Amino acid sequence: MSEFREDFREILRLVRPGARVLDVGCGEGALLDLLQREKGVDGRGIEISAEGVAACLVKGLAVMQGDADRDLAEFPAHSFDYAILSQTLQAVREPRKVLSDLVRLADRAIVSLPNFGYWRVRLALLARGRMPETRALPDPWWATANIHLCTLRDFTALSEDLGLRIEAAAALEAGKPARPIDPSRPLENWRAEAALFLLARPSARSMEADAEGDLFAKS
Amino acid sequence: MNALDAMHRVETGGGVARLPGALALESGERLGDVDVAYKTYGRLNADRSNAVLVCHALTGDQHVASPHPQSGKPGWWARMVGPGRPLDPQRHFIICSNVLGGCMGSTGPSSPDPATGRPYGLTFPVITIADMVRAQAMLVSSLGVETLFAVVGGSMGGMQVLQWAADYPERLFSAVCIASAARHSAQNIAFHEVGRQAIMADPDWCGGDYLKLGVRPEKGLAVARMAAHITYLSEPALQRKFGRELQRDGLSWGFDADFQVESYLRHQGAAFVDRFDANAYLYITRAMDYFDLAAQAGGVLAKAFDRASKVRFCVLSFTSDWLYPTAESRAITRALNAAGAPTSFVEIKSDRGHDAFLLDEPVMEEALKGFLAAAAAARGLA
Repeated sequence: MSEFREDFREILRLVRPGARVLDVGCGEGALLDLLQREKGVDGRGIEISAEGVAACLVKGLAVMQGDADRDLAEFPAHSFDYAILSQTLQAVREPRKVLSDLVRLADRAIVSLPNFGYWRVRLALLARGRMPETRALPDPWWATANIHLCTLRDFTALSEDLGLRIEAAAALEAGKPARPIDPSRPLENWRAEAALFLLARPSARSMEADAEGDLFAKS
Repeated sequence: MNALDAMHRVETGGGVARLPGALALESGERLGDVDVAYKTYGRLNADRSNAVLVCHALTGDQHVASPHPQSGKPGWWARMVGPGRPLDPQRHFIICSNVLGGCMGSTGPSSPDPATGRPYGLTFPVITIADMVRAQAMLVSSLGVETLFAVVGGSMGGMQVLQWAADYPERLFSAVCIASAARHSAQNIAFHEVGRQAIMADPDWCGGDYLKLGVRPEKGLAVARMAAHITYLSEPALQRKFGRELQRDGLSWGFDADFQVESYLRHQGAAFVDRFDANAYLYITRAMDYFDLAAQAGGVLAKAFDRASKVRFCVLSFTSDWLYPTAESRAITRALNAAGAPTSFVEIKSDRGHDAFLLDEPVMEEALKGFLAAAAAARGLA
């Protein structure tokens, strides 16, 4: 997923300095480390592999070995300002539950995911009649970890269903800066290879009410 | 320079410290003339910020990285403590003390009762993990250490680590709890009860007065050790090591140790009685059974860690540990998270059961090394 580290840059821009952040599926802790150094966040991580957690320990990060599907309950409600789920939602067993868990733990969730509505994906399926293999979805169907792929429209519908407010969205493309989008526009569902969303729990204070001005909308 | 040579160059210290005044016990009793036997490795730095306390398990002792005085065997955690190891006497001032109630020089049931001059036996008061930790805290103070860089322990040592975090959080910078639990489960208590009953069923136990009568309940203590030892291993580890292999060709058609696993357990039992006191076994297992950190905090484990939110924690468990299974470590982790303490948790894959924490487990070693190095950087240690 290294080609998608554009989402790191975007997340770094989004997160308020000094915020409490949970990175779900934090791998070797690259994003958390970046957030701690650049934004002085109070960071925690969850990572499924023992090797990943060990790499995080060396970086001085507080990371728990665990699984997004099962272990988000380890943290009490409202423990964080942000819960980050980067390129992972499509690989969990219960995306709907994981998404609601994220906004239970944190006021805001930052979620990035590949867009199955991207035109190359649609074209590959239409023209070849086979499951698409693209930059964002490089593995064959029988080897992919992505068991719950969705389109931007699917994701916005789920967010709406869960009563979440989409405070910002950006299209992600390898090697290019993130591009702010209106995810409700049908065209973006064709254009975006992957996307990143800033979601707020209904009860979360609105962005305007936040004193710190480092959020998405101010860009 | 090999590790052994390097260890010879390590500055070591230790002895027996007499605690000032009487020790107020959790039971309400007061214990006077308390001695704490300890070893140190390395040197306390000028700003007294590099001290590490290692807490030993049920049958451990203060000889964490130096040969056992009776058996001559290497220290019980020499893989973790030594030059180039995660706990390095070249960088850390490492303290390890024999627990209160023990039999390696700290005051326990085999010590003389100052009132009578004869061994306490069962007149020794029941002690708890919190009492052990209170005695350690006094020892640490007497060594000129206010704040510990880290407190580290596995199994019962991990319980002491958690108790430190509950009782003296302001004296801790970081804490490592390995293969442990915040309370003893019914199964844990059950196995300990088997061990205690084995000791007490031995006629040579003499109601706990065996030392006064010049005998020792060796058979009972050996059986206790044999039963406990099974709980420290795992079914696959036992199977791999022994299977159904026989000691000799053919069965004896009797009750000799036909199977290698029987012979192994008998050996474990016999070796144990040479180095351990039966009453100390009763008292220390009792302390573990009484351990329930949440109960001390109104039933909510997170409340026990209320004041520990600044302490950096590392919690480790092993997949095949059925004595203190991963679920126990997860409960600890959940409580620490709820208390807001920066907590890391790793479940290490191993088929060697509870004893894995004493064995060569590279992931454990790396995790501990990484955690302590990052904590040292945060603490400003070189």
